[in-house]
Amino acid sequence: MDQDISIRVKNLSRRFGAAWAIKNISFTVAKGEIVGFLGPNGAGKSTTMRILSGILTAQSGSAWIGGISIAGNPHEVKRRIGYMPENNPLPNDMRVVEYLRFRARLKEVPAAKVRAAVEEAMETCDLARTARRKIIGTLSKGFRQRVGIADALLGNPEVIIMDEPTIGLDPHQIQSIRELINRLRGRMTVILSSHILPEIERSCDRVVIINRGRVVAAGTHAALREEFLPGDRYCLRFSGEKARVLEALKAKGIESEVVRCESLGEALQELQLVANHARVEGPAIMNALSDASGICLHSLAPEVPNLEAIFLAATKRSWEETIEPQTTAATATAAAND
Amino acid sequence: MRHFWILFKHELRMLLISPTTYLAGGLFLGLMGFMYWAILREMITTPQEELPTVQFFKSFWIPTFFVVPLLTMRSIAGERNLGTLDTLLTTPTSRIALVLGKFAGAYCFYLLLWLLTLGFPLIAESLLRESNDSNIFLSSAPLLGSFLFIAVSGALFIAIGIFTSSLTRSQLVAGMLSFTLLFLVIVGGQQLGSLSQGGVELPGWIHASVDYLQIFSHLDDFARGIIDTRPFFYYLSSGVLLLGLSTLVIEAKA
Repeated sequence: MDQDISIRVKNLSRRFGAAWAIKNISFTVAKGEIVGFLGPNGAGKSTTMRILSGILTAQSGSAWIGGISIAGNPHEVKRRIGYMPENNPLPNDMRVVEYLRFRARLKEVPAAKVRAAVEEAMETCDLARTARRKIIGTLSKGFRQRVGIADALLGNPEVIIMDEPTIGLDPHQIQSIRELINRLRGRMTVILSSHILPEIERSCDRVVIINRGRVVAAGTHAALREEFLPGDRYCLRFSGEKARVLEALKAKGIESEVVRCESLGEALQELQLVANHARVEGPAIMNALSDASGICLHSLAPEVPNLEAIFLAATKRSWEETIEPQTTAATATAAAND
Repeated sequence: MRHFWILFKHELRMLLISPTTYLAGGLFLGLMGFMYWAILREMITTPQEELPTVQFFKSFWIPTFFVVPLLTMRSIAGERNLGTLDTLLTTPTSRIALVLGKFAGAYCFYLLLWLLTLGFPLIAESLLRESNDSNIFLSSAPLLGSFLFIAVSGALFIAIGIFTSSLTRSQLVAGMLSFTLLFLVIVGGQQLGSLSQGGVELPGWIHASVDYLQIFSHLDDFARGIIDTRPFFYYLSSGVLLLGLSTLVIEAKA
């Protein structure tokens, strides 16, 4: 097994009753990488994370953490992971420091190093001075999340798995959690799931998108953009007719499609274009439109699709891929019956 | 083994800071104190064949019905409901260590509560020393025998509580299930016994099995100083079986 691979998942499947929560999921995560797990509700993110953390067992397939099989040696795998479940459950009637010491002992941190390990985790999560002796039940949501992350960090595990670490937090708290996750970059391999797409975009090196229990896309933002939303995109504001703009561009050999056209006033319009084939530079568009008559270009801005657009495109494609064969099969059956 | 001790100490600490524990303890000691007083009052009015200690321990079933569910219902059901069971299961702790830790914590507290009832004969002895010439309150043999019975039967009762707590995420349902199972084990066995004594002809092996389940006759034997291995085997093997089932349930319901 490759030494640089921290997590390897191969054809992992898990069924609850008749429904498959995940089916044939495969992906890898390199050492020190921060990977975002994206997917709509019920896509199978939490199930995959629970299997990786050893709580659930898979019906088929294999997964390795640090080269150790989760099914073959779950105890050893648990020594190498820190897991923060969805909703971050914590005992309400314990003090922060007491809870973290209890967790450190359970995670087999040597007795002589428990205090130091807890101090280090609290220091990393900014708990040491603010919430050290507080009772967990009285903490704000943001501090509870920090306690959950501090717990996951105890014992310096190789892999940190966090299920929705920023759920229910306000923007300030989200920013501080993001900074905390950034501090882990390079030290530990981190997998985190979130519904807040800008969060994933800012924090993660790579993204794995799952939908209906299948991996529909995996890669860096740039690679995913290239795969799901290819072509250079521009947003231009102009006064004049839309048809003239397209003609002017075509005349200069710029093949493009209109993604969106919006009227912003009496004469002003906003147009979103995507280039069809080769790379199109902004100056080429400006030149083409400045030479055209009856058009006045007000602004031109390149548009980089964000993760939300990629996510929508990827999940839409996977829906179409899964629905189309069923529709075809249904049509075939109906035709046979006729 | 290391995880067991960590969980055991944690469990004791959680029991000590939980209001339910003090509620259970307060109710238990209040009720048992009242019963001891009632036994002493009865002794004044009518001569009794049995020592007050033996009569006192014969009412073990009354507090068991509420103390055991109160002590055990939150152990696993509470963790499951809160979601902390998941975080426990992601540590290198084995399911067996988890169940044994929960069991040992509740069992120790159960024994502690019963040990506290030693205060009643001690108080009675100190107050009634002048009129008591034959050491009826602190006679060691029935005390030791009865405590041994409480300790051995308690292992089964607490294991019942832990098992029912592992079945559900609702503490209330766990408590009710625990009460029902305890009722079946304590009163059901007794009723089967009275059925066989009431002239109903039962095959030999059923008769022997029903005799085996007579918890009250076990207490009589222990109080008289008869230490039979059969009750030991019954309580401990059933307790181990239920704890084993609890680990399987935790495994299956993860």
